[in-house]
Amino acid sequence: MKFTFNDEQLSFRDAIVAALEGEVTAERIRQRWETEQGIDEACVAQLRELGLNAMLVPESLGGLGLSAVDFVMIAEACGAAALPEPLVDTVLCATPLLVDVLDRGLGGSDVQNVVDGLVAGEFSVAVGHSINPYINFAATADWLLIEQSGALYLLPRKEVTLTARKSVDPSRRLKEVGFDASPRYRLAEGDAAAELSRATLNRGALGSAAQLLGLTSAIVKQSVQYTSDREQFGRAIGSNQAVKHLLADVTVQAEYARPVIQRAAYTTAVAPTRADCAVSHAKVAAVRAAELAARNGIQCHGAMGYTWECDLQIWVKRAWALAREWGDTSFHKNRIHQWLLKPEALIGPEHTFGRRSVVGVDSQSAAI
Amino acid sequence: MDLNYTVEQIEFREEVRAWLADNVPSTPLESFDTQAGFEAHREWERTLASGNWGMVTWPTEYGGRGCDLIQWLIFEEEYYRAGAPLRVNQNGIFLLGPTLMEFGTPEQKARFLPAMASGEEIWAQGWSEPNAGSDMAAIRCRADRDGDDYVINGQKIWSTRAVYADWVFGLFRTDPSSERHRGLSKILLPLNSKGITVRPIPQLNGLPGFAEIFFDDVRVPVENVLGGEGEGWNIAMATAGFERGLMLRSPARFQQASKRLVELYRRNEGDVVDPAIEEAVLRCYMDAEAYALSTYQTASRLAAGGSIGAEASCNKIFWSELDLQIHDTALQLLGARGEIEPETNEDKAHLGNWLDGFLFAQSGPIYAGTNEIQRNIIAERVLGMPRK
Repeated sequence: MKFTFNDEQLSFRDAIVAALEGEVTAERIRQRWETEQGIDEACVAQLRELGLNAMLVPESLGGLGLSAVDFVMIAEACGAAALPEPLVDTVLCATPLLVDVLDRGLGGSDVQNVVDGLVAGEFSVAVGHSINPYINFAATADWLLIEQSGALYLLPRKEVTLTARKSVDPSRRLKEVGFDASPRYRLAEGDAAAELSRATLNRGALGSAAQLLGLTSAIVKQSVQYTSDREQFGRAIGSNQAVKHLLADVTVQAEYARPVIQRAAYTTAVAPTRADCAVSHAKVAAVRAAELAARNGIQCHGAMGYTWECDLQIWVKRAWALAREWGDTSFHKNRIHQWLLKPEALIGPEHTFGRRSVVGVDSQSAAI
Repeated sequence: MDLNYTVEQIEFREEVRAWLADNVPSTPLESFDTQAGFEAHREWERTLASGNWGMVTWPTEYGGRGCDLIQWLIFEEEYYRAGAPLRVNQNGIFLLGPTLMEFGTPEQKARFLPAMASGEEIWAQGWSEPNAGSDMAAIRCRADRDGDDYVINGQKIWSTRAVYADWVFGLFRTDPSSERHRGLSKILLPLNSKGITVRPIPQLNGLPGFAEIFFDDVRVPVENVLGGEGEGWNIAMATAGFERGLMLRSPARFQQASKRLVELYRRNEGDVVDPAIEEAVLRCYMDAEAYALSTYQTASRLAAGGSIGAEASCNKIFWSELDLQIHDTALQLLGARGEIEPETNEDKAHLGNWLDGFLFAQSGPIYAGTNEIQRNIIAERVLGMPRK
């Protein structure tokens, strides 16, 4: 029992945080908003150099062979930076899904080529899933990996039709995607597709949860700064208890969401078939913290918080958007509720760790 | 990161479980805030000590087992799972004990810790005074030096367990010219000392769970000061850290309560149709789980050489509000019968002890530093917001 990160994991996270701080600024995010594609090529190149795309790809396929536990704090940092590019979906959803497809001997040479291209940083892949009505950054992706109606497809972008949908978060580039669901591009169907679909949803929701936690911290930080600087009645507004407590409440929620999210990362990595409840709990807890952060953050900023000019909007709008992707809270609460109602569900103090879910079999225990 | 128990930890759990199965009283004990209940709980502490389970994290020479914090969490999980009696000596074993371990002299440790672990000496706490509640630095109760003794005069209030306990620890002003947090000392003294008057204060449930203590020229030898004269404030802060932090309310307590809540919800005998009930039950389950995960993370960090920090203040807010939510929800599930105090066996089967827990939960956001004070601490010390 060791619920901590090792030094390598912490220093990798620190390196990414430093890179994000240098490359992702509010000014450059607003520049992206002015463009149709919404991507900052210099930033993408910088992140590519760090080898993030290949983090979760096994070493045998040219990757770093790391896990969701190694990535969860990096996803949190991406949230804190409000990084617009879909790095978290690429690392947590696209590459593991393609690797799973290869492991099962599904799909043809295309899959191997796409994995190679992703590892080399030559291709980008957007992920579609039936839980999400739209696909983020579909127009700039070289390939689209789409789960729909119980089957999994891999298509080059030229084979799909795209209709733009505008998100509350101007950093997102959502597209409604139409394609010919013929066997030509189909990688999997039936049970195999269902299993891959579920694993992808869990990884996607984990990624959203971790980013929401990062967004929460960033909103608190900005609100502390603003309320310490802004004076009324001759003193900083942040010296008032009513204002302090708004941010203390968010801190408490975030403090108790973090271990839940990190546990979900661990379960996703070592026992993916029984990660449903851990992941759903993570998403629900993260949304609760982030939505409170967004509301209280705006309140702390007063009228400034309601303006386009104030950079706070970059973070709160992202929180509102990510709260809804990879399953909204209604979906995730319901998943836990359905499990909790089962008489055979293992609950109680002696079951914090170990075999919780009634689904699936125990996998190898592991330290990662 | 490895979220699996080791073989040793699994065996430890089995050992605890087996011992508790053989020893936990089959019927619940009367409240320890009655004379008979207090003695029954003391007897239970003796039984625990006979198996060396008094305080598993302490070194063996003080009646412990030298366990680490993960083993302590496992012990607590099994303890609540078994429905074992509440710890009547929690002021001693969870609050004073860790402070003695850190600041006590070898003589003090040998004198007090074994008797604490065995239940022979049960402790009350003496922090608050009528004009020193949240503002603890306003303490006025004096301990004036006279030869090898201190002479104590003044009053303490809201002293938990003081009605039946044997000893009290508290903060006293040893430097009469001092102000605020300077000149305070932490002193330990027997409650049967000459010049002490204890006046019970009934709590919401009608039982005297706390008391006022009046000191009238009470003599205490100087060796009963813990951590040096004038060091009281720093030591009190350390104790408050234990209280708000890891020890006082282990997650198992809330996980067991949320498990019982889920079972109550599955039965839903009160025929509750409020759609918000599902949300409330789910939230209790999730928050109890989150509290456990957070505690395991803190324990792991401490084992790796880290220290308890800001989360101690977050802790207190989180578990006390969780406890309220669990009991609010349970009473809702009991429907119109939620107001009934269970008397018959049939009552007890249907109503459980939810009402009693509901009353106690009202105190959680108040004791050990109100949640408003905790929020100030988070804002000022964790987030760095301006004090003034």
